[in-house]
Formats: sequence, structure tokens, C-alpha cells
Amino acid sequence: MRRLMAWLDDRTGLISWSKWALEHPVPPRTGWWYVFGSATFLAFLLQVVTGIALATAYVPSAGQAYESLRFISERALMGHFLRGLHYFGASAMVILIGAHVTRTYLMGAYKFPRELNWLSGALLLLLTLALAFTGQLLRWDQTAVWSVIVAAAQAGRVPVIGPELVKLVLAGDTLGGQTLSRFFAFHVFFIPALVFLLVALHLALVLRHGISERPTPGEPVDKATYRRRYAELMAREGVPFWPDAAWRDVVAGAVVVAVVALLALIVGPPALGNPPDPSILHAYPRPDWYFLWYFAVLALTPNHLETIVIVFGPLIFGAILLFMPLFNTGERSVKRRPWAGLVVFFIVFVIAAFWMAGNKAPWSPDFEAQPLAASVVGDTTAAVVRGARLFHDKGCEYCHQIGSQGGKRGPDLSDVATRMTPDAMALKITNGGPDMPPFVSNLSPDELQAIVAFLTTRK
Amino acid sequence: MDPAPPPDSPHAGPAAPPAPELLARRRFLSRVSIALSAAAAAVVGVPVVGFLLAPLFRRSPQQWRAVGAADSFKLNETVSVTFEDASPLSWSGVTARTAAWLRHDADGFTAFSVNCTHLGCPVQWLADAQLFLCPCHGGVYNSDGAVAAGPPPRPLPRYPVRVRRGQVEILTSPIPLV
Repeated sequence: MRRLMAWLDDRTGLISWSKWALEHPVPPRTGWWYVFGSATFLAFLLQVVTGIALATAYVPSAGQAYESLRFISERALMGHFLRGLHYFGASAMVILIGAHVTRTYLMGAYKFPRELNWLSGALLLLLTLALAFTGQLLRWDQTAVWSVIVAAAQAGRVPVIGPELVKLVLAGDTLGGQTLSRFFAFHVFFIPALVFLLVALHLALVLRHGISERPTPGEPVDKATYRRRYAELMAREGVPFWPDAAWRDVVAGAVVVAVVALLALIVGPPALGNPPDPSILHAYPRPDWYFLWYFAVLALTPNHLETIVIVFGPLIFGAILLFMPLFNTGERSVKRRPWAGLVVFFIVFVIAAFWMAGNKAPWSPDFEAQPLAASVVGDTTAAVVRGARLFHDKGCEYCHQIGSQGGKRGPDLSDVATRMTPDAMALKITNGGPDMPPFVSNLSPDELQAIVAFLTTRK
Repeated sequence: MDPAPPPDSPHAGPAAPPAPELLARRRFLSRVSIALSAAAAAVVGVPVVGFLLAPLFRRSPQQWRAVGAADSFKLNETVSVTFEDASPLSWSGVTARTAAWLRHDADGFTAFSVNCTHLGCPVQWLADAQLFLCPCHGGVYNSDGAVAAGPPPRPLPRYPVRVRRGQVEILTSPIPLV
């Protein structure tokens, strides 16, 4: 055996190279903060393996993908579980790469000489988001179809080349046979191939520059001295990556796999919605959780800023990632870069706030609103009863809440009579506002009177 | 500083500094090799890139599609109609279908796109309220497609529509997102 290994190593050099790579010295006391990179890569490998398995049954045809997904989910052996693994694996990859980039930023690990580690990582972050988006579309149901259209509509906002971008997203003038197969090719071939290349570069750079040591306040990065200081630290205190640091990566990876598998088993993959038929108009498109916050951004941005946010938001995000390594010297410790902590806190806070808003989506009308029950109306006067009925039929209830019923887009009208006079109500209903249509031509005078009579009882 | 150099390769490096003719020859050979590789890459790359950009250069044909008998649409009503794209690929399945909101009033027939001008979501017609309402971000349009409230920047786009031999026909068009 030993002779066989020696022969292999003599002919390939791989064994001694692996030994060298695995045992290269890393800084001592790196701790659990350093596991996110390897955990992200593990999540990616999980996606590759489960993705290949799913691809053996998935039919990337606009007309048949939905049926093949139903086959995978309902009839194929462990298909349901596999879809769950792939879905929660994707979620894990998004979360872990977010944690990894946050850790790198907070510890200033992107500074000299690791600027290209950061840039290759930034591209990997963008590619991960691209995988997440295209992957959501491959679940080719009604929501996926409308997600393609919403994505195309956003691309269409780009000045000058908007119409061309729309055609490229849809693969034509309308949604059709070519739309899905292009997204499929990008999701399973093109983007993963780029990810593998960039991960190889990223890891080669890690080996070249070594894993960054934990930052010490008062020890700024100086291009003239950093490399010498790092080499001295390694010679003095360096420990072999395997197993001194790697055991934590293995434990973290095992936890990731266990959590993903448990979620896949207990929660399962997202259910398939209606078929991908663009002529079914009862649709409530929502993105998967990782883009839900952006859905909220698009709902809450003032109208006149919208195109700027849609077009320049992603560009600014990309530019920040790209130009970060320009600040490549100076203090690394977050204790001496308190604003770095604030930036992270701010971003997390903003995304969380938008995410919660997106989860509730109060700006979406409630199409399921039922006519108000007699017990809610609470008054049997003919005009009031008629007004309550019109409140539903004329669409008021889609946006306004009475009691616990109705939409949340407009103000809650449960006690509107305490703050508006009947005349003010009639004026508002007739003329509308920026977010409320004028009902002047849609209501007869006695209908308007009935609705006002009903609202006057709300106090 | 590299942590450590990789194990030595068994090859020995060049021994003596090469003669000038040899250097010129090497320069020539490397240029030829790079030019040949670039040409080969172009031969493969042009069709690949062209294939991916094909949607930009292709114009789908347009076609009038019958959506129902003209007298089956009641006056002053708006209903959804479904028609098929101009020349759907055989594997398009249900994705080849498009819907429109067809209004019949004193001026004749109007076919509205179902795509909200905000971000393309499918608007729904509320017959009692005489309004189109978008389920995504709450855009509202009047029965004539004009914006009544909310984020939409433009009125609902219209498809060309005509009546031929008693049938209402809609002209298939690119999805109106810009």
C-alpha cells in the first residue's frame, strides 16, 4: 500500500501537494468565525450533487417542466426529499456566503495583500444570487412565470438598452418555449462552471497569501511590513490547517448538512403552485424568501425614484463590492473601524425591515376579502347595510380594513368616523388620492350616500 | 510571502542563456500560437455568442387571433380572453398562451394588456368597482386603462383589435413591458 502511494505520488505529485496544502500553516486561535467560507463551498457542493440528481428527471421544456416537477415531487423515489435538500441547500448557501462576506468585511480581511481574494469572493456572491434567482424560476409554476416577467419588466427600465434586455430575459418577444431552457442552461452549466473556476482561484489565493490572522487593534496593515510580520507569525505560532483549524470546518459543515436535511425532511420543498399558464390571471407572484426584501423595496420606493432604484441600486451594490479593496491598508480591527460595524448593522437592519414588510406585503390588495358579516356591520338600518355591502362590492375592502377584515393598503377604517366628518369622507371617496382611485364615475349619488352612512357608524 | 513553495517539479530549468536568434524564433512562435488560438476561439465563439443573442435579431411574426364571436361580449363589460402566441414552438405548452382584458362599449372593442405597467404583474378586473387592480403593489386603473392610483407609470397598454366575419380578433404583440 505504502509503495503504491509512493508510486502514485511520484507519477502525479498530488499526494505531497495535498499534504502541503492541507498542512500549510495557519494563524493560531482563528476560531469559529473562520468556518463560513468552507461551509459556503460545502453548500455549493451539496447543490451540485442534488442538482445533478434532480436534472436526471427534470425536463427543461416550457411545456413539460411543470409535469416533470410534479413527477419528482409526488412519485419519484425520495424526489420530495431531494427537492427539499436542493431548496434548503440554496437557502444555506445564500445565508453562509452572506455571513462569510460579513466576517471578511468586519475583520478587514480584504486588505493588503488579499484584495483579489475579496474581488473573486464578490463575484462569487453575485453568482450565488444569480443561481438563487434562476433556480427559483426552474420551479416552473405560475409564480416562476410571473417572476420572469417581473424581472424582464425591471430590465426594461434600463435606459436605451431596456427593450433589448427584455428580449434577452424572455428569449423572445413573449414568454414561450425558449424562455425556460435558457434559464436552465445558465443555472446548471454556465454559472456553476464560473463558480468552480472562481472558487479555484479564491482557494489558490488563500494558499498564496495564507489565512488572515485575527485582527489586533493598533496593528494596522502596512504594505511594507505586512508580509514579513505574517511570515514571522506563522514561523512562531502557525499551526497546520489540518487538523488544527480544519476540524471546526468539518463540524460546521456537518451541522449545515444536518440542518438542511432536517428542514428538507420536516418542512419539505416549496409546494408547486398553479401551472405556468400566463393566461391564468389569478396570480399573486411572490419571490422566494431571499428576494422578498427586494420585492418590498420595489413596493415602498416613491414612484419618481423607482427607475433610479431599479437601475442604479444593483449597480451601486456592485460598485461598492468592486471598489472595497481600494481601502486596502490601515486598521483591520472593527474596534478601530467602528463605522464598519455600523455599516453591517445598518445593512442587516434595513434588509430585515424590508423583509418583514415583504412578508406582510400590506401594499397588496386583499383579493380574498369577503363581504362584512352582519355582526361586524352591527347596524340594521337599510342604508348602512347597503353601504357595508357596497364597501365590499366596490372594492373598498380590498384595501381598507374594518375590524379584522380587508386589505391593509389604505388606512384602517374601523373607527374612521372618529376622525372624519361625513362630508370629508364623501370628498375623499369622490376624488381619491395618490394611492386611491377617485370613485366619482363609479358610484351613483345614493351609493356614495350609503357608503358614507355605513362609514359614519364606524367609531 | 508564500507560505512555502510547492514541491519541486522534476524538470530542470533552462541551463544557458539562449542565443538571440533563438529568442527571436521563440517570440515568433509564441505570436503565431496566440494568433492561431484567438482565431480558433473566434470560430467557436462567434456562433455561440450569436446563438445566445439571437432573440435580439429575431422578430416574431404577428397574427390576428380570434377570441370569440362579437355578439357574445355584452355591452359595457370587460372580460378576460385568451389567445395563443403567433408561432409558438411545439414544446411551449401552456406558456404559449396570453390573456387580455377585452372591453366592449359604445366605442367598440378595446383589448388591454394584462401586464401592469409598474412591473408586469397580471392586473385583475373588478367588475362592480369598474377598476383594474394589480395584486403585486396595488396599482389601480380605470375601465379605460388610465392610471387611477398607485405606482404604475403609464396607462394599461392596448393590443390592436378588430372584428372580422363576426369574430373579435386580437393582433399578437410583444409583451408590453417597456
